[in-house]
Amino acid sequence: MSGRLLPFRRSQARAPSGPTSFSSAPRDVPRRAEPAGAAAPFPRPSEAPRFRELIAPHIDAAYSLARYLARDAAAAEDIAQEALLKAFRNIDALRGDEVKPWLMAIVRNAYFDWRRRDNGRTVTGPAAEVAIAETVAEDTSAEDDLIRQGDIAALRRAIETIPEPFREALVLRDLEELSYRDVAEATGVPMGTVMSRLARARRMLGERMGVLEATA
Amino acid sequence: MSACPDKELLLHALADGELDAGNVLALEAHVATCAGCAAELAAIREVKAQLKVAPLAYAAPQSLLDRLDEALTAAEMPEAPARRRGLRAETWVLSGTGAAIAASLALLAFIPTGASLELQLADAQARSLEATHLVDVETSDRHTVKPWFNGKIDFAPPVVDLAAQGYPLVGGRLDRIDGKRVAALVFHRQAHVINLFIWPGDAPAAPLMQQKNGYNLVRWGQGGLVFWAVSDCDPEALTGFQKDFAAATKS
Repeated sequence: MSGRLLPFRRSQARAPSGPTSFSSAPRDVPRRAEPAGAAAPFPRPSEAPRFRELIAPHIDAAYSLARYLARDAAAAEDIAQEALLKAFRNIDALRGDEVKPWLMAIVRNAYFDWRRRDNGRTVTGPAAEVAIAETVAEDTSAEDDLIRQGDIAALRRAIETIPEPFREALVLRDLEELSYRDVAEATGVPMGTVMSRLARARRMLGERMGVLEATA
Repeated sequence: MSACPDKELLLHALADGELDAGNVLALEAHVATCAGCAAELAAIREVKAQLKVAPLAYAAPQSLLDRLDEALTAAEMPEAPARRRGLRAETWVLSGTGAAIAASLALLAFIPTGASLELQLADAQARSLEATHLVDVETSDRHTVKPWFNGKIDFAPPVVDLAAQGYPLVGGRLDRIDGKRVAALVFHRQAHVINLFIWPGDAPAAPLMQQKNGYNLVRWGQGGLVFWAVSDCDPEALTGFQKDFAAATKS
């Protein structure tokens, strides 16, 4: 069959992320609802190239977000795969300039689906999420030493101990370099909420790094 | 915590380059005179800098890439032709004249079922020129093409290679005309593509030539099958193809 494209390679560069600011990213595109993946038909073959072109550059980001949310490598792989295939099925709904926040929202929902399914917990609302995440944070509080600069494993662990909504904002903004607006779109909360979550996440991380004062 | 709690979020936004010019100026003026906010801003920048020292984002494992590739490859395999309707702007890499033909055909509208048979055939020809839809089985070997149709359709289309006559066999595929599954053989005539649609039915043996949407169509009947050859090659070449194919398949 002609037209077969090359398989994904490890060498794929992460998508470059440009400067972000309110003024430089004017968009009048309305926020889209999360696509109903399960009910959607499988895409036509002709959409595979579009998927490869638009989504492939963000596969790492999808996996990374899933990994930071689930804090488990195997689960992250399942979540990312489910989300990417869902994105593939719904690629018709996608507008070119919003690929990443759109995909991040799908990953996030796939994570919540996974957590409901696999943890057997019925979690509703952000308050419950914080409660769960803070329980985990306490479990790992033995690691009180300050993080050495550039210690990837320690930094990743430190990020993982941040309660979920704050961790998510930090990962999307500081690791994936989404604009505030895109973080708001991906997580479905107002921009002011994004800003306060991000500030709180950085304060928690800063305490561990010894660069920000601990606060109540 | 900043000395000025109302400034805290703004300091983060400043460090993130998310403030507009007016607010940047106002806040920088404040930071210049407020030691607490200056320290806070420096700390925020330090946290951000440390997150940049090492790549903290995870890279997708190869196993995930492989699983995705598998799923996509499966989706790219030929499906029931009925699902491919109308012409779409494609990102496929088209080659040579195929690209030119496909581009010129992009203006053709979607042809609904119920349209005239000739129109449907012209549309099927146009669709076939979407690079990946030309053939489902790609070979010049008629012994490969013929068995490929087995089980996919309930009749046996005659398959011959007419390379010696200047019409090399490229391959075959299933198509759908008038809601029926039909066989389509694909031949080349120099830079042109000839689609030969075949299904059971009765038609006069004498060839009938027509034109539709810029294509030449020729119809004839033979051995309980109806044949429609459709191409943008010149009428003489298509007539020649009809004669050679009929002669080569006469039993």
